[in-house]
Amino acid sequence: MKLDSMYQEIILDHYRNPLHRGLRDPFDAEVHHVNPTCGDEVTLRVKVSDGVVEDVSYESEGCSISQASASVMSDLVIGKKVDEALELEREFLALMQSRGTAEGDEDVLEDAVAFAGVSKYPARVKCALLSWMAWKDATAKAVDPAAATGASVAAPAPAGAPLDVPEQEKP
Amino acid sequence: MTLTESLIADGTPGTAGFDVEQVRKDFPILARTVHDDLALVYLDSAATSQKPLAVLDAERAYYELHNANVHRGIHVLAEEATGLYEATRDKVAAFIGATDRREVVFTKNSTEALNLVAYAMSNAETTGAEAERFRLGPGDEIVVTEMEHHSNLVPWQMLARRTGATLRWIGLTDDGRLNLDNLDAVITDRAKVVSMVHQSNILGTINPVERIVARAREVGALTVLDGSQSVPHNPVDVAALGVDFLAFTGHKMCAPTGVGVLWGRYELLEVMPPFLGGGEMIEIVTMEGSTYAAPPHRFEAGTPMISQVVGLGAAVDYLTALGMPAIAAHEHAVTAYALDALATVPGTRIIGPPTVEDRGGAISFVLHDDAGRAIHPHDVGQLLDERGIAVRVGHHCARPVCLRFGVPATTRASFHLYTTTGEVDALVEGLHGVRRFFSR
Repeated sequence: MKLDSMYQEIILDHYRNPLHRGLRDPFDAEVHHVNPTCGDEVTLRVKVSDGVVEDVSYESEGCSISQASASVMSDLVIGKKVDEALELEREFLALMQSRGTAEGDEDVLEDAVAFAGVSKYPARVKCALLSWMAWKDATAKAVDPAAATGASVAAPAPAGAPLDVPEQEKP
Repeated sequence: MTLTESLIADGTPGTAGFDVEQVRKDFPILARTVHDDLALVYLDSAATSQKPLAVLDAERAYYELHNANVHRGIHVLAEEATGLYEATRDKVAAFIGATDRREVVFTKNSTEALNLVAYAMSNAETTGAEAERFRLGPGDEIVVTEMEHHSNLVPWQMLARRTGATLRWIGLTDDGRLNLDNLDAVITDRAKVVSMVHQSNILGTINPVERIVARAREVGALTVLDGSQSVPHNPVDVAALGVDFLAFTGHKMCAPTGVGVLWGRYELLEVMPPFLGGGEMIEIVTMEGSTYAAPPHRFEAGTPMISQVVGLGAAVDYLTALGMPAIAAHEHAVTAYALDALATVPGTRIIGPPTVEDRGGAISFVLHDDAGRAIHPHDVGQLLDERGIAVRVGHHCARPVCLRFGVPATTRASFHLYTTTGEVDALVEGLHGVRRFFSR
């Protein structure tokens, strides 16, 4: 089935058994992001110590892709230096914007390369990016609370989301 | 034998004189395939309906033969274009039981029609005493229901914010109907306007309009009905409903996108302040100020959506020729069949009335896997699409309904005059497949 390229077994595994789920203390910043077109929501906390992402915790509601992506993302960035983690976010964003033309570097993105197939489905790219954008926003706030901009609640679209991804249809 | 029993007995949906297979031939898109070679199963008509050839031909003929701006110019094309545009006004008036063609105002869609009333109400603050009924301020109340589409909720929230009025709403029962137990407490003599949906786009519920209108009239409130999901599927008669305003959209009733209708009682439109200013809506203009045209033109500023209005006229002709009672009976039968069929899929929870009484053909549900875990509608929709089945997933622009029922989103299958029981069977088979996929 063609869909198997999107619903990789590794994605379904993370969906069924998500890692790092649940909101934990201590944290430096907490954000709430939503995908208004499909109702996916995530509340995400970040703890940063000495330039390292010490913890990412979250509660989320959404489809298998968004749930699995939150699990993969948090597992990938926890323990990384903030700069390295931001580089991973850029890599993942590029993969998601590739419209199925990129495979992703497994040495860098690890389990996140499983989402390469999702990039062929424009309506689902936002699902995969939701938790990444929430993490990026929370991290910016954690690192420099004064510099962080934008509302933390009900952002209409995640910052940095590909502008050419079509919105879903209206009711 | 009930309609549903006779339907299942002979296997062909519809009623005497309504041949769904013949109807389908009028819609070219229904014959296309998706994902290479799969038949399209279009169960997303509540989002937008497909268009029959008659509508496509009418728009094309308009541009090929008659294109000109309307209501201006004294040449042949201008007169023909104006004639076609205004003919739709007559057709629409007859379609909804309006006796006065001047009560039909063309808008962009239902959303704009509802905003038109809401903005006219706040504009009433700066107009004369004749607009008194439209004026509201602190202490006044606006009443809606908890099952409104965002298009009949957000404009009233905005109006409340602009004027200081209070927004109130009629709540829902667990089976997705309006809770009218405390109707008199929700609609009080402080209510200036009551705006409600006729048929819910997410729950499918058809609301008891007459009862709510009776209460609104008791307290002197204006009544607005959102007929986006009712006018395309059922005979709707504004005189019988007793409402003051009715909003609906063309694209859900086989017409093009970009055209909708606000119907209003003439004596109200006559004193209602305009919303958009510009050409066409004026009487006398000086540099100091302007007077406004009589309805409906007062509310049709600027060059309108002419070809779409012509297309709407063709759609009304098409639906009228088939007969709205026959269309309603067909959809009622398909809906009954679908409710029974969905009940055979384990782990399916219908969000909305579980029976076909006073409900239309938009069925929302949440699907669970073998372990009882909800499968997110986004995943359901994706797997159904893989089989060529088009459904809508999400909160359907009615997020408060999802909150009320404690679900983040639903999957919605919605029907129209061209939907067959075979397509419902394909949906059911597809849902079994989705459950297998996520239960493995």
